[in-house]
Amino acid sequence: MGAGHAHVLYRESTSPVHRLPPEAKIAAMVSFTIAVVATPREAYWAFGGYALLVAVVAALARVGPRWLLGRALIELPFVLFAFALPFFGAGERVEVAGLNLSVDGLLGGWNILAKGTLGVLASLLLAATTTTRDLIVGLDRLHCPQIFTQIATFMLRYLDVLVGEARRMRVARVSRGDDPRFLWQLRGFAAGIGALFLRAFERGERVYLAMVSRGYSGRMPAVWQGAGAATAGQWAAAATVPLTAAAIAAAAVVLT
Amino acid sequence: MEILAMHISNGIINGPVAAVFAAFALAVLTLCVLRGRRDLDDRLAPMAGLVAAFIFAVQMLNFPILTAGVSGHLLGGALAALLVGPWVGALCVAVVLVVQALVFGDGGVAMLGLNVTNMAILGTAAAYLLIALLLRVLPRTPAGLAVTAFVSALVSVVVASQGFVLQYWLGGTTDLGNNLTGLAGTMAGVHLLIGIGEGLITATTVLTVAKVRPDLVYALRALEPVAPATRVPVAGSAR
Repeated sequence: MGAGHAHVLYRESTSPVHRLPPEAKIAAMVSFTIAVVATPREAYWAFGGYALLVAVVAALARVGPRWLLGRALIELPFVLFAFALPFFGAGERVEVAGLNLSVDGLLGGWNILAKGTLGVLASLLLAATTTTRDLIVGLDRLHCPQIFTQIATFMLRYLDVLVGEARRMRVARVSRGDDPRFLWQLRGFAAGIGALFLRAFERGERVYLAMVSRGYSGRMPAVWQGAGAATAGQWAAAATVPLTAAAIAAAAVVLT
Repeated sequence: MEILAMHISNGIINGPVAAVFAAFALAVLTLCVLRGRRDLDDRLAPMAGLVAAFIFAVQMLNFPILTAGVSGHLLGGALAALLVGPWVGALCVAVVLVVQALVFGDGGVAMLGLNVTNMAILGTAAAYLLIALLLRVLPRTPAGLAVTAFVSALVSVVVASQGFVLQYWLGGTTDLGNNLTGLAGTMAGVHLLIGIGEGLITATTVLTVAKVRPDLVYALRALEPVAPATRVPVAGSAR
């Protein structure tokens, strides 16, 4: 089950990180990120420590640096914002290479760049080692409300329905003599967006009713969840990363 | 000053403000869960999933605005409020944001409370209030529904963008001084443009759904005490 779903970022492997139960990985990723964000921005060395941690986990998960950095480009808009800050920030100013820059802005830019990048890398590592289905299983085991996991399950399920319907409608248009090129494709797409939604819904509704008639009551059966919940040992293994990060953050707060 | 995507990434807003908004978002989402459970029946459950999937897909379309070098994207709060109601609608947008933050790194995990507040709560709430108002005032025609959808989508996007300005004012990690008004202006201007796109998409989609399956539009059901006979989908009715 779940084959062919949107596993765009998932990297098939059997590394130790892949084998960790999803709930432990989610908890570790979230607490790692909070530790990073709580670190004072002047503690430059701490961010080096975090980067090292990310690199170790990436190596354990056999995720290459090229893949990670390529995907991290999603952050680009914020990187540009970070570069704009030194020019627009208020307060004390400093002359760097002939440019009149705000000290606060420079630090702020660095802050966004460092914390943003580390956060993106951490989420990418989670995505690379966890299928979207496992992610929902993990959220469910972390006692996320059922209505929430239910919407998330259907969302991931229907994404493919939506993409499939869009493709079928495009084929139908083209086979009736429509010859979309470049931006003009958008026109046909925009005109059909309502129909796309309706078609996808009616398909999705039939899938849903089929599930209900087979006993679905808002929660996937236990067999869907795969391996059992995390053991104490697995929790401890996953906790090493956020605990190290928390130690670095605490040291950074004390030292600066 | 110009570069802002709607998803706030880690480090833009300081920790305490992020924590306050996270608590706020959690409280409102809890309320949504409680109220949403009542709404979520066999008709709404697949619709909520599809609305979330639709919003997810649509948010992937980032449109760069050439003059300012800004990239923004659609939000979908108004669409969700129209089709599945404010409670489940806010949950749908929140689900999208959580999944994006966890597996795509779009929007920092530590900033999730801020993002949820802006897009899921402020955006959907503003949209639903306007929908409730406009549907009472405007005539019950397809044109009236289209205007409602367009206006509520437009306003919700601008409101959500100003939520970010408020948060930046409260806890931006860099003091922008007088440039903050510039930030507010840029955000409003850019999102007005995005809002027009969002309004058009919302209006087209809702109008089509209302024409073929009016029973699926929550806003029409909720505001009409005499509900139309529930249409049980017949196997094979769709293609």
